[in-house]
Amino acid sequence: MIEIDRITKVYDGVPAVDAVTMTAESGTITVIVGTSGSGKTTLLRMINRLEEPTSGEVRINGESTLATKPHLLRRRIGYAIQGHGLFPHHTVARNIGAVPRLLNWPKDRIQARVDELLTLFSMNPAEFRDRFPAELSGGQQQRVGVARALASRPDLLLMDEPFGALDPIIRARAQDDLRRIQRALGSTIMLVTHDMEEAIRLGDRVAVMDGGRLVQYGTPAEIVANPATPFVADMIGDVERPLRLLSLVPVSEVVENGEAPGAALPAEGNLRDALSACLWTGRTAVPVERDGAIVGRVTLDAIRSRAELRA
Amino acid sequence: MPTATGAARCAVSPPGLLFLGLGVAALCAPFMTVAANRIVAGDGVPAWAVAAPALTLPGVLAVVIGLGLGLAADWPRLRFGGAVLGLAGLLWLLMQGAPALLHGAGDYARVSPAIGFWCLLTIPMLVMADALAQLAPGPRTRGALLAAVLGVLALILWSGALAPLSVLQEYASRTSAFADAALRHLALAFGSLAMAAVIGFPLGILCHRNPKLRGTALPVLSFLQTIPSLAMFGLMIPILGWIGDSVPGAQAIGIAGIGFAPAFLALVLYSLLPVVANTVAGLAAAPPAAIEAARGMGMTPGQRLLRVELPLGLPVLLTGLRIVLVQNIGLAVIAGLIGGGGFGTFVFQGLNQTATDLILLGALPTVAMALVSAIVMDILVDLTRPKAARIA
Repeated sequence: MIEIDRITKVYDGVPAVDAVTMTAESGTITVIVGTSGSGKTTLLRMINRLEEPTSGEVRINGESTLATKPHLLRRRIGYAIQGHGLFPHHTVARNIGAVPRLLNWPKDRIQARVDELLTLFSMNPAEFRDRFPAELSGGQQQRVGVARALASRPDLLLMDEPFGALDPIIRARAQDDLRRIQRALGSTIMLVTHDMEEAIRLGDRVAVMDGGRLVQYGTPAEIVANPATPFVADMIGDVERPLRLLSLVPVSEVVENGEAPGAALPAEGNLRDALSACLWTGRTAVPVERDGAIVGRVTLDAIRSRAELRA
Repeated sequence: MPTATGAARCAVSPPGLLFLGLGVAALCAPFMTVAANRIVAGDGVPAWAVAAPALTLPGVLAVVIGLGLGLAADWPRLRFGGAVLGLAGLLWLLMQGAPALLHGAGDYARVSPAIGFWCLLTIPMLVMADALAQLAPGPRTRGALLAAVLGVLALILWSGALAPLSVLQEYASRTSAFADAALRHLALAFGSLAMAAVIGFPLGILCHRNPKLRGTALPVLSFLQTIPSLAMFGLMIPILGWIGDSVPGAQAIGIAGIGFAPAFLALVLYSLLPVVANTVAGLAAAPPAAIEAARGMGMTPGQRLLRVELPLGLPVLLTGLRIVLVQNIGLAVIAGLIGGGGFGTFVFQGLNQTATDLILLGALPTVAMALVSAIVMDILVDLTRPKAARIA
């Protein structure tokens, strides 16, 4: 559990982060979202003490981060940044093994961990282990950057705009990968982004920052349904709110008995995809399948009822 | 370089054409001179007349054919071969001409290469440099090439085929002084380099970490660099002379107004700017994201320096050392003026006696030393470049 307790950072008398208090549960993804200058990156960097807080403290599993020397603290916290920050003169294997080497892991354990992570990120170890970062595509570099941050099985993974440098298609894949890997490893992640779409897609909980203050902290559904301030509503985008809401509801929640024509949708899909399928093919209902078998249908009316504001 | 496929077969290299023209003109200039003694000016002899025509013809032909091969724009290997052939022709002419011209010219007669030779020596070397630039050989090939050239040069000098030349006669009468001067020159150049590295690297690292220090140190070092070398050596004389006289024990370790110490100190001062500036630039060359990642993963400042900043900056750091080494080999000549020793001794003796060949005895080894150092350092810089950067 990560407890952030009235943490404040003041630059030249101006608070960049103003008494932010929030708690993130272990094994979840918390996304901090805000515009540039909102203090979101400063907040993140105070957790591993790349910035020293002016006041307040952070506790990881009950232990204050101020109790450990900064560089030793950082070895326990993964850190992935925009533009990956890989060491250009080291191979992929040396890059991923950087923190374990700092922690003096034995060689064979580091090597096994490197191969395990490469496999987890769908990169063939034999093929990629000895490559240099310049020989990888942007998406591969980013994956190696995240693998490096996860290498020592840290208590917490901090990510600062990790997908900012990727094009939209690769970014969507990287987000899915992160979600999958986070579920598989049970990692605790705090991720900073300016992209509300990314926040809603990835976050178990979303924290919205504005002018150094935490203006709303809740599940994506709460944030979309009940924005606390006009700023949050602005971030979500009024026009897109119903669609964002639909994207949070799995098809399985509104599936009903009955038949429908045309191609089926997977039950794990969301209502936004279902709406899209209805509109695109001119159907009023689409069949839903699970493990290859049709389990029912989802109707346009059911979708509409979930998209309406439940004030 | 023209690389269009259609016209490729008969493409003429423009620099090759220029070199051929210059080469033919240089062939008409005096190739060697014969003088009655080592002081007076000699009479010029054109290349084809330095020995019997049957002996000079192969040499002249080799030079012309070699320069002709330099025209092949699309075959850098052929141009390289032409340059080697041209140089061999020159060497042949020199080896034939020296004993032939001396024969019957009197006991004190001296034979020297003249303007035509020096021009013709430069031109094939330019052809070779141009060809090598296009071939872009790897560091190991360049090392092997350098070793081969040095080997051939040593073999020729050792064989005595050029011994009748005036420069080598000057050498023959000063073998032990030459060896001393060579050692002293190396000590001045490499010693000041080592000292500059010992002071400059830590200073550069501090400047990198501390912008305030950088703001002070670099302008001061730049100012030192602007002092003309003769003035710098002159300034050292009163300062070190005073230290030698007033600090107990200073004279015992060789600190005095003239001699090795002021020359050494002046060279160190000149070396600091390139070393410090390149250290700062090299350390700043690491991508900011990599530095941020290194901090974020818990590297200490020392680990960051050793594992990230230094390895990434090493090529730039070595480039600084290369500048210093070549610069100091040249500057060390002036040390001869204040009794610092080195090849400068011969240069200034030669100037005083108007004995051109004695000047050359000091100048030629200096040029050779600087050239070899530059090539070796370039090879080292290439070898330290991160492998990924070389691929990209």
